[in-house]
Amino acid sequence: MAGMKMSAMRTAEAVAAIPMHHGLVLAAVLFALGLIGILVRRNLIFILMSIEIMLNAAGLAFVVAGARWEQADGQVMLIFILAVAAVEVSVGLALLLLLHRRFQTLDADAVSKMRG
Amino acid sequence: MLSLLWLIPTLPLAGFLVLALSGKYLGRRSIAVIGTSSVALSALIAILIGIDFIAAPPPGFVFRQEAWTWIAVAGFSPGIGFYLDALSLVMILVVTVISFLIHLYSTEFMSGDDGYARFFAYMNLFVGSMCILVLADNLLFLYLGWEGVGLCSYLLIGFWYRDSGNGRAARKAFIVTRVGDTAMALGVFLLFTHLGTLDIQSLMQRVTQQWPEGSELAILAAGLLLGGAVGKSAQLPLQIWLPDAMAGPTPVSALMHAATMVTAGVYLIARTHVLFSLAPPVQLAVAVIGALTLLLAGFSALAQKDIKRVLAYSTISQIGYMFLALGVGAWSAAIFHLMTHAFFKALLFLSAGVVIMTLHEEHDIFRMGGLRKKLPVAFWTFLIGSASLAALPLVTAGFYSKDLILWQTWSSQGGNPWLWAAGCGGAILTGLYIFRVVFLVFFGEARAAAPPDTRRPGLRITIPLIVLAAFSIVGGWIETPPFLGHLTLFSDFVQHALPPAQVVHDGKNDETVLELLAIAASLGSIALAYLLFLRYPAFLHGLMLIPELARIRKFWHFGWGFDRFYEFLFVRPYIWLAYADRNDVVDNIYKMAISFTLRWLQKVDRHDVIDYIYSGLAELCLFLYRALSATQSGQVRRYAAAIAAGSISIIFIGIFA
Repeated sequence: MAGMKMSAMRTAEAVAAIPMHHGLVLAAVLFALGLIGILVRRNLIFILMSIEIMLNAAGLAFVVAGARWEQADGQVMLIFILAVAAVEVSVGLALLLLLHRRFQTLDADAVSKMRG
Repeated sequence: MLSLLWLIPTLPLAGFLVLALSGKYLGRRSIAVIGTSSVALSALIAILIGIDFIAAPPPGFVFRQEAWTWIAVAGFSPGIGFYLDALSLVMILVVTVISFLIHLYSTEFMSGDDGYARFFAYMNLFVGSMCILVLADNLLFLYLGWEGVGLCSYLLIGFWYRDSGNGRAARKAFIVTRVGDTAMALGVFLLFTHLGTLDIQSLMQRVTQQWPEGSELAILAAGLLLGGAVGKSAQLPLQIWLPDAMAGPTPVSALMHAATMVTAGVYLIARTHVLFSLAPPVQLAVAVIGALTLLLAGFSALAQKDIKRVLAYSTISQIGYMFLALGVGAWSAAIFHLMTHAFFKALLFLSAGVVIMTLHEEHDIFRMGGLRKKLPVAFWTFLIGSASLAALPLVTAGFYSKDLILWQTWSSQGGNPWLWAAGCGGAILTGLYIFRVVFLVFFGEARAAAPPDTRRPGLRITIPLIVLAAFSIVGGWIETPPFLGHLTLFSDFVQHALPPAQVVHDGKNDETVLELLAIAASLGSIALAYLLFLRYPAFLHGLMLIPELARIRKFWHFGWGFDRFYEFLFVRPYIWLAYADRNDVVDNIYKMAISFTLRWLQKVDRHDVIDYIYSGLAELCLFLYRALSATQSGQVRRYAAAIAAGSISIIFIGIFA
């Protein structure tokens, strides 16, 4: 009991040693990388991966904020995001498989039949 | 006892409800019992209340009873409330007692009629409405009774509705009185908007506090109320409906168009006398209207052939006397004459009804005659009524009331010799026209086409006649002039509600001289009637051979041409408009207006100005459609870019704005 408490305190000290804005900047960079990936890549698999990166960037921001105010809510939020991401990936991969079966391609721009 | 006041209007109304709802299933006997007993009970209560009121007067000689609040909207809350003072007590006694006697008379008089239940239902409704009118403590409730009696008047004039002439007479009465009622309604609105209440007593208080004597508002309000009174009481210029109203059954003429309903205008003015004394021009107008009406109607009565029309013009003339009295501020004299007139005029109509019934619906006095021996009861009662109407000195009620009016017309503040001369001239006419009827109908030889009915009137007809005849004699002995004992029971009593006349020319000698002149007028006119119509009828026939005189007589016969005048002024143009509108004149006006507008628009629009506007709008829509549909590329990455750009710009706005 006492050991667990000690280790938790040590971790908190270690995290507290990293300034909060470092964590937030990292999250922002990751988010921007993901966004750029979505906009630049045409392959749908890469787009899906970029979305994962953006989700994880958001999750990182939550954890950093939770550490800063010493609240567990940030980590709870990350677990939610992971769950949502897993669901999203499964649905996304299923759509991807269907698209590949139908159009024989994974190019996002080629699949633009729903234009106005 | 006073707390039973609410029963007086309620009982006849209950009788009306019973007769109207179940009259079809009741026998004649029970209809007569219900119709008459409701009014009898109400008369009995009125008498008991009267005795109680005089024996132990309530504080301030006023008793008020509030049944419930009728409407309550934003400070406007007229109640179903009754107000009993000396004035309304006199009225309620006159109304209920005479109504009872006439109901009793009608049970026999109308016994052969199909609409027996309908007749008594209407009569009961009338008595109820009249009691409401008289007892109401606020103007709205009074107006309910006022319109109620108007409705009953319409229903009963047109009682024999199978004859279209009767329906016409009923509509005429209704529409002509409606003209006055509209004025009255406007007067009530005016009083409410300026004084904020409809309760008559507080209204009168506020009038004296807020409106100075002769102020425009007071004159306007009093003038509008006078309009209502003139319509209901058949005075100039709305007198034309009353002679035609004789189309109704005779008891109706006796009750409504002689004794009670038509005097409602007199009651209204007496009730609001405070307002009228604040408007001297209107009060003068009341006196002048009264004087003119009593003369015009007196001349017209002289030229009628129909016995009921003589009595109708006589009623107009006598109400003219009451208006004359009101106009000179002789309030109690007017109410006194109202009372005695109710007795003797109801009596005259009822005995005329007996004559008409016996002669098989004969109305023409030139086809009657010599009925003195055949109809002794009708003769004596008609004679007593006529004597009272002609103000036969000393013995009759009409003498005391009419002489009181004449004396106060001379002596009071608002009076003047001209008005007195008109009243005196009217007295001569009165004696002439009524004894003309007496001599033509009951004396001379029989001129009837068919032999008179052998049936004699029964007790239910003779009792009311005898009671009313007794009232027509003794009714005046409660108020006598100075040289005859100077009894002032009536005016002393009524003075608790109405101020006494302001006497300016006082003097016993004057009064005696004037009384003697009035007596001379009354006796002289009767003697003249005897000479002209019975002794030397050839002289009158000779006169009528002169065409000018015959023309004047015809002019009087048709009521001074008022009917024709209104026919040309109002009825014809209205009918013309109605005919014109049947051919859609108004429609055509609209059609022309529309086609003109269209043509004008076409002229303006020759260069498609308006088209440009609309096609411009269409172009704009098309352009917007194209621009927006271009964004719908179907390329997911562009959408994502747009979302990212939007998010970034919102963040920027959030941070920097």
